[in-house]
Amino acid sequence: MKSYVTPEYIVERDQDRCIRCKVCVNQCSYDTHYYDEEDDILHSRNENCVNCQRCATFCPTQAITIRENPNHYRSNANWTQEAITSIKKQAETGGVVLTGMGCDKPNLTYWDRLLLNASQVTNPSIDPLREAMELRTYIGSKPDKLELEMEEGNGVVLKTKLAPQLQLETPIMFSAMSYGSISLNVHKSLARAASEAGTFYNTGEGGLEKSLYKYGDHVIVQVASGRFGVHPDYLDAGAAIEIKIGQGAKPGIGGHLPGEKVSEEISRTRMIPLGTDALSPAPQHDIYSIEDLRQLIYALKEATDYTKPVFVKIAAVHNSAAIASGIVRAGADAVVLDGVRGGTGAAPRIIRDNVGIPIEMALAAVDQRLRDEGIRNQASVIAAGGIKSSADVLKAIALGADAVYIATAALVSLGCTVCQKCYTGKCPWGIATTDLWLTKRINPDIGAKRLAGLLRGWSLEIMEMMGGMGINAIESVRGNRLLLRGVGLTDKELEILGVRMVGE
Amino acid sequence: MKDLTKTNNPYGDEKVFDACSIFGMMNLKGERFSAKDPIRAIANMHDRGNGLGGGFAAYGIYPDYKDDYAFQIMYLDREAKKKTDRLLSECFNILSEEEMPTQEANVRDPPIMWRYFLQPKKSKTKSQADDDYILEKVMRINTETGKAFVFSSGKNMGVFKGVGFPEDVAEYFYLEEYKGYMWTCHGRFPTNTPGWWGGAHPFNILDWTVVHNGEISSYGINKRYLEMFGYKCTMQTDTEVMAYAFDLLMRRQGLSIEIVSKILAPPLWTEIKAMKPENELALRALRQTYGSLLMNGPFTIVVAHEGEMIGLTDRIKLRPLTAAEKGDYLFLSSEESAIRLVSPMLDRVWSPRGGEPVIGRLESRRAVEVIA
Repeated sequence: MKSYVTPEYIVERDQDRCIRCKVCVNQCSYDTHYYDEEDDILHSRNENCVNCQRCATFCPTQAITIRENPNHYRSNANWTQEAITSIKKQAETGGVVLTGMGCDKPNLTYWDRLLLNASQVTNPSIDPLREAMELRTYIGSKPDKLELEMEEGNGVVLKTKLAPQLQLETPIMFSAMSYGSISLNVHKSLARAASEAGTFYNTGEGGLEKSLYKYGDHVIVQVASGRFGVHPDYLDAGAAIEIKIGQGAKPGIGGHLPGEKVSEEISRTRMIPLGTDALSPAPQHDIYSIEDLRQLIYALKEATDYTKPVFVKIAAVHNSAAIASGIVRAGADAVVLDGVRGGTGAAPRIIRDNVGIPIEMALAAVDQRLRDEGIRNQASVIAAGGIKSSADVLKAIALGADAVYIATAALVSLGCTVCQKCYTGKCPWGIATTDLWLTKRINPDIGAKRLAGLLRGWSLEIMEMMGGMGINAIESVRGNRLLLRGVGLTDKELEILGVRMVGE
Repeated sequence: MKDLTKTNNPYGDEKVFDACSIFGMMNLKGERFSAKDPIRAIANMHDRGNGLGGGFAAYGIYPDYKDDYAFQIMYLDREAKKKTDRLLSECFNILSEEEMPTQEANVRDPPIMWRYFLQPKKSKTKSQADDDYILEKVMRINTETGKAFVFSSGKNMGVFKGVGFPEDVAEYFYLEEYKGYMWTCHGRFPTNTPGWWGGAHPFNILDWTVVHNGEISSYGINKRYLEMFGYKCTMQTDTEVMAYAFDLLMRRQGLSIEIVSKILAPPLWTEIKAMKPENELALRALRQTYGSLLMNGPFTIVVAHEGEMIGLTDRIKLRPLTAAEKGDYLFLSSEESAIRLVSPMLDRVWSPRGGEPVIGRLESRRAVEVIA
C-alpha cells in the first residue's frame, strides 16, 4: 500500500561543507543517510529521519541541517497536521499509534506559572558560597513525636526507634527506567552518578543486573506487575523497594518489551526465556484493592526484615488524594506521584496525551489531604513526571514534596534529544536500546560524569534560590507554599495549589 | 476604609513583618523588683521600635491570687464585654474583677481593658486538665465575637501591651507600681500591622509568653505542621507560631527546653556528624522528625513561663542577643547598652552563639549553653 504519510523532516546537506566522511551514515540507526559511490555524494531518505540530531551533532563540518517539512496540510485549528497524520498511519497499519517520552502537549505545565520569593530588607538573604546551605533529605516514615532523655555525661539520647530512612544529599533521585527499555551502560551511569552524588537510582521493573549489585546502597529496586527479576537477593540488594502501581505516561495500562529486545543478559536479569516478549499486566494481579496493597507492602517488609522503606508509586489521576491517603494507611513509607507529563519507553500516544493529571495539582492535593488527615508525617511524598529544571524541583518541594524523581532530564544529560522514538529500540544516542552496536555509544564513565554534573548544577542552583529566600535548610522549603505565588491562574487553580496570586 | 486599629494584619499579608527590641530581666532567687529598671532598659532601645507596639510580661505580680488564673481582656466595645462576661460566669468562678487601672499616656486608641481572677468551674471541666480547659476557652473568646481578646491568661503573671512606645505603654498601665521576679519587654517596629493592641508583644497563652524579634522565613510550613496538631493560626503572625511550637513540644510532648532549642534552631548536619554517636543519632532524629518546626530566618526570642526565662536565636544568629549576669540577676537584651544602663558593673556578659539557648531558672541558677 502506498503510504500517504509525508516525511516530518527534511535533511539538508551543504555539499560544499560535506567531506564524504560518512559519519552520518554510521551514526544514523534509522538508515536515513547513504553514500553514492558512483557520484561520490551523500544522500538522505527524509522519510526515515526522526530529528534526533545525532548526525548533525557528530558531523565534523556541520554540513547537516534538519528542518521541519514545510509541506503542511491546509492550516486548521482542529484538523492539525498531527491529527491527520495519526489517522493516515492508523488506516495503513490498523494499529495503536505508539510514542515515547512524556506528553508533548502545551498548557499542562503549572511550574512556569508559579514564581518563587526572595528576601528584601526585612530579612537577609544568605550567600551559599560563604555559608552553610543544607539540602540533605530523609525519605521514610516519621513519628509524630520523639522520646529523648538527657543522660548525665552522655548528653541527649534517643529512646524512640525510627522507621528506616533513605539519606539523600540532594532531593533529586533518578526515576524508574527498566533494564531493557534502556541499556546496561545507562544503568551503570545512573548507578555510579547516584552513588557519587549521595542519592538513589531506581531499577525500574526489569531487575538489577548482577554487576550493579555493588551499588545497592544507592539503588531503589522496583516490584512491578510483571515481577521481572524479583527474588530475595534482589530485594536485599536495594536500599528501598518501590511497588509500581502506575506510571504517569500510561496510567492504567501495562507494558510490553518486545522479544527482540530480550537479549541474553536481559533474559537472565528479568528471569524470562531468551527472545520472549516481556508483558507487564495492567494491574498487579495480586492487588485488586487497597487491602491487597497492604499485604504486598508487608510481605516485602517481612522479606527484608523491616530494614528498608517501601514506596508505592501511582500515576497522578483524578482521585490521587484519596488513593494516597489509603496508601499511607496501608503502611507505605513513601508515596510516589507520577504526573501526566512523565516519560515512558513506549506507550500508546492516545493514553500518554489524554490520561492522568499534571503533577503540580496531584502533589498539592495529596500533600494537603495527608495534612488534613494528620498523617503527612507517616510517609514521604515524592513527585515525578515533568521536572525540567532546578526551579521545578524547588517549586515541587515548596508545594509539599520531600524529593523528586527525574528520568527524562537524566537521559537528556546523556544525549537524549526527546525525539520520542524510544519504542523503536533504535535510539541513535545509545540510550533506549539494547542493540550492542548502539549501546556502546554510552560510555559509563562519561555518562556518570554527565549525570553527576547535572545533579551538582541543579543542587547549586537550588542553594542559590534558597539563599535568596533567606532559608538555609531544605526542610524549611518543604510544604512552605508561602514561598510561591501564582501568575495567570484561576482562583480555583490557586485554591487547589494552596498558593496566593502574585501581588497578594 | 478599613479600621486599621481593630485587626491584626489588616492587609492580609502572609505574615507580620517587623523588627524589634527585646529585654528580659530575672531575679534567680525569685525576689520581686519593680518595673523601673526594665522600663528604662527597653526605653534605651527606643530607635529599634517605631511606636506601633510595646509590651511587658511580668511574673510574680499577683501574690494574693497566685493560684488563680488572671485573665486580662481587651474589648473593642461594651457589647463584646457583655457577651464575654456571660461566657466567663458560665464557665468560671470569678473571684474578683476590675477595670485595669490606667492613666493618660502617649498611647493610641486604647480599648477597654478588664482584669479577672478566675477558677474553672469543677462541674464543667470534667476530666479535662485545667490548662486545656483554659486554652479552649481562650480560643473561644478570641474567635467568638471578634471584638474580645484575652491577652493574658496565666497564674500570678500578667501581660501589659499596646500601641505606643514601650515606655508609654508602661506609663499607661502604671507599671512601676507592680513588682515581679521576672520581666520581659518588647518594643516593636512593624511594617504591616499598623496598630492593633492585640498584635503587640508579648504573646501569651496560659503562663507562657513570647517576645520575638525577627521574621520567620519558614512560617508557611511551621504553620501547616502545627495545624496538623489542631492549632489554629488565626493571627497570621510568626510569633503565634513560635508560641504554639513551644506549647506542642514542651507542654504536650514533654520535651525539655534544651531539646526544643535544638528543634527550633538545630545544629548543621556537619556539626551533628562531629558529635558522639548516641548524640548524633538523637540530633539526626530530631531534624528528621521535627524538620517542619525548624524556624528558619532571623529571630531572637525570649520565652518565659513560671520560674524560667529562655533566650534563643536562630542557628546562624541573624538577630542580636546579649546575655549578662550580675549577682542574682540574669539579663537578656538586644543590645548590651540597655543592660549596662541598669547595671553598669556586670559579673559576666556574653553573646550566646546561634541556636544555643540561655536558660534562667529559679533556684537552680543555671545559665547553660550546650546539651551535646
